[in-house]
Amino acid sequence: MSWLTEFVRPKIRTLFARREVPDNLWHQCPACQQMIFHRDMEANLKVCPHCAHHMRATAADRLAWSFDDGAFTRVELPKVPADPLRFRDSKRYSDRLREAREQTGLEDAIQVGHGRIGGRRAVVAAMEFAFIAASMGAAVGEGIVTAARLAVMQRAALVLYATSGGARMQEGMISLMQMPRTVIAAQMVKEAGLPYIVVLTDPTTGGVTASFAMLGDIHIAEPGAVIGFAGARVIEQTVREKLPEGFQRAEYLHEHGIVDMVVPRTALQATLARLLGLLMAADEPAAPLAA
Amino acid sequence: MRHFLDFEKPIAELEGKIEELRRMSEPGGINIAEEVARLTDKADKQLRATYAKLTPWQKTQVARHPDRPRALDYIRGLIEDFTPLAGDRAFADDAAVPGGLGRFKGRAVVVLGTEKGADTESRVKHNFGMARPEGYRKARRLIALAGRFKLPVLSFVDTSGAFPGVEAEARGQAEAIARSIEACLDAPVPVVATIIGEGGSGGAIALAAGDQVLMLEHAIYSVISPEGCASILWRDAAQAATAAEALRLTAEDLRRLKLIDAIVPEPLGGAHRDREATIKAVGEAIERALVPLLSQDGAALRAHRRQKFLEMGREGG
Repeated sequence: MSWLTEFVRPKIRTLFARREVPDNLWHQCPACQQMIFHRDMEANLKVCPHCAHHMRATAADRLAWSFDDGAFTRVELPKVPADPLRFRDSKRYSDRLREAREQTGLEDAIQVGHGRIGGRRAVVAAMEFAFIAASMGAAVGEGIVTAARLAVMQRAALVLYATSGGARMQEGMISLMQMPRTVIAAQMVKEAGLPYIVVLTDPTTGGVTASFAMLGDIHIAEPGAVIGFAGARVIEQTVREKLPEGFQRAEYLHEHGIVDMVVPRTALQATLARLLGLLMAADEPAAPLAA
Repeated sequence: MRHFLDFEKPIAELEGKIEELRRMSEPGGINIAEEVARLTDKADKQLRATYAKLTPWQKTQVARHPDRPRALDYIRGLIEDFTPLAGDRAFADDAAVPGGLGRFKGRAVVVLGTEKGADTESRVKHNFGMARPEGYRKARRLIALAGRFKLPVLSFVDTSGAFPGVEAEARGQAEAIARSIEACLDAPVPVVATIIGEGGSGGAIALAAGDQVLMLEHAIYSVISPEGCASILWRDAAQAATAAEALRLTAEDLRRLKLIDAIVPEPLGGAHRDREATIKAVGEAIERALVPLLSQDGAALRAHRRQKFLEMGREGG
């Protein structure tokens, strides 16, 4: 706890509270503990201006930051059967879903939009960690299949922001079957001769990594992101030894040839624009987009 | 010595008694023969009753039974001229993923599996059936070979999951699994996968994204082990039986959910009680699944396979 959180923030809060402005004017960087003013935080794409720590971004952020001039059209995703197994642990899965929906305002852990990146047509699918750890169930699978189909239809690139704690256990084997389903989605885009770019963000693990997230034409990772198949704790228990420094971090994966580049968030849009410019021919700018 | 599972205790006791009586009756006594017959009948009924209503957690134990036939048993029993092939051509051969060429009911095929091993020594050799990236890359290589020579692919899946290790991660475990799934989906030849014991998550689907997925009656196929699920969702690994129930990991449940294509019945008391009969039944089930696929060309097979997986989980609920 720094003097800033103890004294300054509460004062600022009471000062502004009466004028009904958001009460989270200050954010604390989880890495360096410094306070960041909310406008600086947004302007810097949720990257700490003090230590360059990349904080978690929402799916909505990803869509807003990806497209030229921030302009895009949101894509409605097909509904899938909710709670097919009638799963219940300490809580009903249907209640978990309802709470996650209330908290995030989303139907499930993925959002899709289309627009242009560097003038090239692009469909962006972004996963939302705040929604049950962006675990992959039928809805996420369906979102990825829908995004891939849309990319093929529009002759657009598919840019996928991956983040996930793994499988949506509450959907049992339906969740596992999203692995082949999303692999098929990646294949559809590639067979159409369109670029499929995966941006791996913190954290991307489990079945998501072992399916569509590792099949990109190009893999970009955000600095410091944890990316892997098995969880570090599981590995530690299995091998009974200390894990190497930086294990499963973006930089480690880059060193091991699993990702092409580690790109800071603030340079991401420009990188995507450059890559799509190199991989795709320019089309007539006013071409109507298929519905 | 037969290995008995915890819930088989009453059966074990009866069979022990029968064994004892038999030993005592060597000189031959009528009364003892009657008693043996009575007890045998009782043991049989007990076995039938127990196995008729196995809980998902009991099935998990049967699926992991140490005497259950494993991938290499099926390969030995069903494949003539088996010619093992080795390696991923990049790093190593993974003994957890045996595979090669051979002949199934007269037809040349590519055969693959995950092998857990039979005793301590072979379990260590096969890494307890947990494949490393080179295992999945070998699978991909063999599936590509099958495609080139128009040979059907048969896989036998029995794994608790992909190996969680530092080296496995460093060499791209996730990528290797993704590519192996892709190879199954891409194959221009029939792919028939059989879940013979444990179908453990990503490590299993890597070899099981086939046209026809068969599952033995008491095998399990799950996105996570019941123990793993219990420790995450219930924060108590002792809740594994409850988790096994909730996960719907039995053949019957998965057939109902249309996630597998057929169930292969096991002999009374499980595959480990009659290995020969089980292997034979699996061979017959594979033949039934394979024959209709042989007349389809590569493009049709791929299209149907895709359609099948794309449809999964979209209806019902």
